[in-house]
Amino acid sequence: MVEIWDNYGLPMVWMILKIIAIVFPIMLSVAYLTLAERKVIGAMHLRKGPNVVGPFGLFQPLADGLKLFLKETIIPSGANRGVFILAPCVTFVLALIAWAVIPFDKGMVLSNINVGILYLFAISSLGVYGILMAGWASNSRYAFLGAMRSAAQMISYEVSMGLIIITVLLCVGSLNLSDIVMAQREMWFIVPLFPMGVIFFVSTLAETNRHPFDLPEAEAELVAGYNVEYSAMTFALFFLGEYANMILMSAMTSVLFLGGWLPPFNAIPFTWIPGPVWFALKIAFCLFIFIWVRATFPRYRYDQLMRLGWKIFLPLSLAAVAIVSGILVAFNLTPNHG
Amino acid sequence: MQAFLAEYLPILIFIGIATIFSGIAVGASLFIAPQRPDVEKTSAYECGFEAFGDARHKFDVRFYLVAILFIIFDLEVAFLFPWAISLGNIGAFGFWSMMIFLGILTIGFVYEWRKGALEWE
Repeated sequence: MVEIWDNYGLPMVWMILKIIAIVFPIMLSVAYLTLAERKVIGAMHLRKGPNVVGPFGLFQPLADGLKLFLKETIIPSGANRGVFILAPCVTFVLALIAWAVIPFDKGMVLSNINVGILYLFAISSLGVYGILMAGWASNSRYAFLGAMRSAAQMISYEVSMGLIIITVLLCVGSLNLSDIVMAQREMWFIVPLFPMGVIFFVSTLAETNRHPFDLPEAEAELVAGYNVEYSAMTFALFFLGEYANMILMSAMTSVLFLGGWLPPFNAIPFTWIPGPVWFALKIAFCLFIFIWVRATFPRYRYDQLMRLGWKIFLPLSLAAVAIVSGILVAFNLTPNHG
Repeated sequence: MQAFLAEYLPILIFIGIATIFSGIAVGASLFIAPQRPDVEKTSAYECGFEAFGDARHKFDVRFYLVAILFIIFDLEVAFLFPWAISLGNIGAFGFWSMMIFLGILTIGFVYEWRKGALEWE
């Protein structure tokens, strides 16, 4: 009995604790990301932002969450009930489980699989399903149109994202996320691969349906896109999933281009700060740009969006793959000779 | 259990926990919050009008076209993954093989561009 507990029970409890140690901070940072977004945009508009609930409005996200929790869940009479309820759960689950492979520090990762980046890519591709299911099951025209747009937009930008990831992999020679970070000890990939880093970041904006590519939500024409029929906790799950995805995409940008948990310089004052703090700072920086972009740029038209994705980003990133691999082969710089 | 598969166990447990968490969130909200549906409330939203019918109707074929193009290019990315990590071992031959493949793909891309498959007017 004791043996079974030692061999299976204890590792299991330990694993569940580790998962909770990942999920809880993510949920907390999602909550405070919504507050940060409103505060930052408020500051950029010369307003105060939420400041009534608690000191500096710090309890605002909790109040919002509680309100959504206590609202009535409306299921439209024409909807497919099962798929309608399932869609936000799918979005939320997918936004969470991608974190299983993100390395927070050297060796500090829940599951150090050797195809980490492929797993991340696969999970973020699956995100389309939650949205399509929501749009189709709602049986409402706005929701349906929003979902179609959103799906087309996400898959369009995924192609260039994939090609950009390939350029990074060419410089690393491994699919493992810890290896990708460790390959940036000398120099972060944002320096040699700067244009690809920018394309990747803009693609993540489109992938998470954020400004200036938030056409699925276009409140002036589609009201709220695929989540127009959702209310209460089903809506909250969509919302949480979207924001968790934003944080995930920022983490991906940090791992691929900004050196993950590595300090900017391998010198004494910088190495005192532990790796996870650097990682969190980089994520926060990316998220700030997300919000900054939202406060600055007007929304794209749908044909402009598709044009940017297919006619500009796709050829550019295809060329980037050819150029980067060409340079690596020509100058014998490819990793893992032998 | 093999060490290779053991790395995937946490992911499986993570999926379980995330699913349970989202199920509880929706279920508890359904249970605690008062539910008083009526005909007006549960009809499809169309800006205050009576709904003109449901969403099961025709949609633009270009969405379908985008999906097909996506499959082509995403498959190509899937081919590139193993090539990218083993480039150091396959040398110039491996490099040029992939360049020829990309060249053929680019010809296809130029063709669909000229045919207007990428236009949204």
